[in-house]
Amino acid sequence: MIAAAPLPYPFEFAFMQRALVAGVAVGVFAPMIGTFLVQKRMSLMGDGIGHIAWAGVGAGLVASVWPIWTALAFAVAGSLGIEWLRSRRKASGDLALALFFYSGIAAGVVLVSLAGGMNTKALTYLFGQPLTVADHEVVAIVAMGAAIVVAMLVLRRLLFAVVTDEDWSRVAGLPVGLANSVLAVIVAVAVVAAMQIVGILLIAAMMVLPVASAQLVARSFQGTMRWAVAIGVASVIAGLALSRVWNLAPGGTIVLLTAAVFVVVAVATRRVPHGVPLSAPSGQVEPVREEVAEP
Amino acid sequence: MAVREERAGAGVEWTADLLAADGITFAYDHDPVLDDVSISVAPGEFVALVGPNGSGKSTLLKVVLGALEPAAGRVRVFGEDPANLRHPWRVGYVPQRPSMGSEVPATVEEIVAAGRLARSGWWRPRTSSDREAVHHALESVGLEGLARKPVNQLSGGQQQRAFIARAFASEPSLLILDEPIAGVDAESQRRFRDALVHLVNEHGAGVLLVSHELSAVAQDLDRVIVLKQRVLFDGPPADLTAGGVSLGVHREDLPLWLEGLG
Repeated sequence: MIAAAPLPYPFEFAFMQRALVAGVAVGVFAPMIGTFLVQKRMSLMGDGIGHIAWAGVGAGLVASVWPIWTALAFAVAGSLGIEWLRSRRKASGDLALALFFYSGIAAGVVLVSLAGGMNTKALTYLFGQPLTVADHEVVAIVAMGAAIVVAMLVLRRLLFAVVTDEDWSRVAGLPVGLANSVLAVIVAVAVVAAMQIVGILLIAAMMVLPVASAQLVARSFQGTMRWAVAIGVASVIAGLALSRVWNLAPGGTIVLLTAAVFVVVAVATRRVPHGVPLSAPSGQVEPVREEVAEP
Repeated sequence: MAVREERAGAGVEWTADLLAADGITFAYDHDPVLDDVSISVAPGEFVALVGPNGSGKSTLLKVVLGALEPAAGRVRVFGEDPANLRHPWRVGYVPQRPSMGSEVPATVEEIVAAGRLARSGWWRPRTSSDREAVHHALESVGLEGLARKPVNQLSGGQQQRAFIARAFASEPSLLILDEPIAGVDAESQRRFRDALVHLVNEHGAGVLLVSHELSAVAQDLDRVIVLKQRVLFDGPPADLTAGGVSLGVHREDLPLWLEGLG
């Protein structure tokens, strides 16, 4: 057990610091991936894969294996399955998700009951409990997060081209199948890395809600990603602090904060998603602008 | 027109055409769409492909781009099978309605830079020549001043010019445009015409333009191909206008004439 660093309240204890490190990692990688998923109009992919990961957690509990491994195996297989169904047009994107979503949750329910029912460990994965993550789990989350961030940075321009216009990318000779498969695997790894922090039921929210706010203030794809990460990290830090101060469920608190940020940003910019102005005549309300750096 | 030679000893047909489709036949579920269609585009040639709705234009484009396999006939792009080109970026493609999502704001520059990826390698960092090519592409469609503006805040004509610039960014040898100027403002049409003429004249590229709106480019076309399941006409626009069809002055003439074919 690593000794606590000298941080002020509410992060003075080692368990809060472990939650902080793992949580900030999630706050960085989940919105990064979410930016691509929202552009691809597959916002709920994280949710679908989360439910498959839930079946993996059940399998791990039955087999007495560290559920992170089994969840990772199920999530990666499931994400590639969703992508296969979608790309072969055997099912539309949301129908492909639904097939896996419900099969995953059903398998999870059966497997978890086989393992002795809903114990505390199973609930931890379902609803998230960052305050109980152990050192080795923090290491696993940060390592998976680092792998995701490196992969995204290397692939960001290819992924941008493909999620923006898949048909054109194919004609242009870009490796569309590779890009989609890699994105699916990245989502799967992210879901497993984030499930102990925000919980399987709220993973997709961590990917998508910061992006919903970011696209209202940013004026570029890169800018949207940077804003989404900033909102994600800020929500994790504030959510952990508030959950400690008021004894709230941390996973839920973090996600509620990302939703609150959206409400504030939407009111402040007087725009609804899709960039359509509400009622104010142009020029009356100046939306928040940021300088776009060279991509 | 096509210049063909046999490469000595190799037994491989070599063609000076950028695009050569010979005897293409295609049917959807026994419903014939293309019947023995042959078209070609040579370097430095500006060709328009017209035809009434349902004439098989879109199907022919899919065959030419390698997305559909013809039942009979053969397509060669740069002398290669279009489905397995060594350098696919040499074909610039401007789709009819880009399937771009508008959820996340993307700048004109981000969109156009994507057009450079396949040529320069998506895994490589951007080089100064990539930046120059993107800037040049933006200039050629008159969007350099809007490079950092989100695409979803542009007019329809400006958006279409952004997608043309994306195709220009790879400096293509063959540019294929599917109804790119339908419903586009006059300023955008003029910019569009200038950009295509520049590509043909300065870079020696071939252009295949599928459009009903030929008024903006009527003076610049080398050939017009009229398609209605078969090729009904393939020749200089003057020969078509000599038959009383107007490409320029009365903008609605050509579409009316085309529908009259059906």
